[in-house]
Amino acid sequence: MLKIDDINTYYGNIQALKGISLEIGAGEIICLIGANGAGKSTTLMSICGVVPPRTGRIVFEDREIQNLPTNRIVELGIVQVPEGRRIFPYLTVAENLDMGAFLRKDKAAIARDLDYIYDLFPILAKRRHQAGGTLSGGEQQMLAISRALMARPRLLLLDEPSLGLAPLVVKQIFEIIGKINRENNTTIFLVEQNANLALQIAHRGYVMETGRITLTDTAANLLANEDVKKAYLGI
Amino acid sequence: MDLQYFAELFLGGLTRGSIYALIALGYTMVYGIIELINFAHGEIYMIGAFTGLIVATVLTFAGFPTLAVLVIASVAAVVYSSCYGFTMEKIAYKPLRGAPRLSALISAIGMSLFLQNYVLLAQTSDFLPFPSLVPDLAFWEPYAHIISSQEIVIITVTAVVMVLLNLLIKFTRMGKAMRATSQDREMAMLTGVDVNRVISMTFVIGSATAALGAVLIASHIGQINFYIGFIAGIKAFVAAVLGGIGSVPGAVVGALVLGWTESFFTGYISSDYEDVFAFIFLVVILIFKPSGILGRSETQKV
Repeated sequence: MLKIDDINTYYGNIQALKGISLEIGAGEIICLIGANGAGKSTTLMSICGVVPPRTGRIVFEDREIQNLPTNRIVELGIVQVPEGRRIFPYLTVAENLDMGAFLRKDKAAIARDLDYIYDLFPILAKRRHQAGGTLSGGEQQMLAISRALMARPRLLLLDEPSLGLAPLVVKQIFEIIGKINRENNTTIFLVEQNANLALQIAHRGYVMETGRITLTDTAANLLANEDVKKAYLGI
Repeated sequence: MDLQYFAELFLGGLTRGSIYALIALGYTMVYGIIELINFAHGEIYMIGAFTGLIVATVLTFAGFPTLAVLVIASVAAVVYSSCYGFTMEKIAYKPLRGAPRLSALISAIGMSLFLQNYVLLAQTSDFLPFPSLVPDLAFWEPYAHIISSQEIVIITVTAVVMVLLNLLIKFTRMGKAMRATSQDREMAMLTGVDVNRVISMTFVIGSATAALGAVLIASHIGQINFYIGFIAGIKAFVAAVLGGIGSVPGAVVGALVLGWTESFFTGYISSDYEDVFAFIFLVVILIFKPSGILGRSETQKV
């Protein structure tokens, strides 16, 4: 579904991605693990065209997207939940969700999706007229994921959805991620520092170190891999 | 206290404030979206006044009725200034989007000087008389010493523009995109907002309201030159900061407060220090409320 072919991305003169290649198949949950500063978030930002790669190709369903502006990429169905949730703080919960559906015109289907979201996260329905900035961290993460779902993503990019959340909330969020994948057949590309958790729901994984992919395998094999255990699982 | 004198000052301040508000919108909206003080905004206002003058002169010569001249001149000024605002952003600010903020600021000052001198060369350095485009209505004559029909038009037009703008920001797709962009530009991009379009639109709206204000006030005061954008721009900028830069209702509140302050101070104390009062007032407000009357404090920003 998505194929990244040897991309190099820079911030000014600093090279953040050094020849990254990876592939995501339709319906898969793929996770990308690695330490702080390895370039995980940059990979997502490159896919979305926010920080476009200087060289290399990104192909989404037989179409090169590395030169498209972000709004066109979103239109194709690639939707990101960025790190730190990035809720619009002064928009209400309902308006934040509405922004998720910014490119859609099918009013009836949007209303149905909204009901589905409020069903999935009843707390958001309760807080729908509250400003996004007043929500707790966990609620904001739910809202961020919901906002992305409102776009009906074909490929959902999640950046550190567990960051700064209580373990119980993290568990709930990951259950929802699995559910989204199973029920809507949404392909998910998950970036996580919490490797243990990510590898449990993912089908395959990539390991990233200082701008390079160093290892790739099925999630089960990565969980059993001695190096991965030592470096990322703390075992 | 002389009540009629008070009423005159109050309405005079309201008129001034209305014009400040129309100009201040451009400063505050652009700042809200790209955090740039567009110093060339006053020049857009000035260009609006000149466009209005040229069109009005031609139409009056051709024998159009006054009201038609007012409407057509205003529309022409709005369209022409909007084009300038749009182009200015593409030339002077868009290439510097990723650059340090100081670069864009210097580019803005350069743009301001360029436009001033362009009009100076293309037109003249003298003050040009601007025809009065609002007819004095006969039935209003008995009250005209309190508030002229000119002033009524200015206040009404401003009120209508503010209401329309508010509706646009609250309820339209573009308005939502603008609010989202001002709160988190990158996230707005990730929801599919075409941020370049939003930024262009912001410049267009700000330029349009400034041009409208320019035609109305020029017709009220009766003369213009290439330098009017500077002092009007500074005052409107003060109004925007006073109200809390980045906030649209703040710009309106700031503009009205500034208009009344100037009007009452000059009316009751002295007209020699008109501009001084405005800035003293700004300093006092900012001491007690650094983010402006309706501004959001930085700590609140996520």
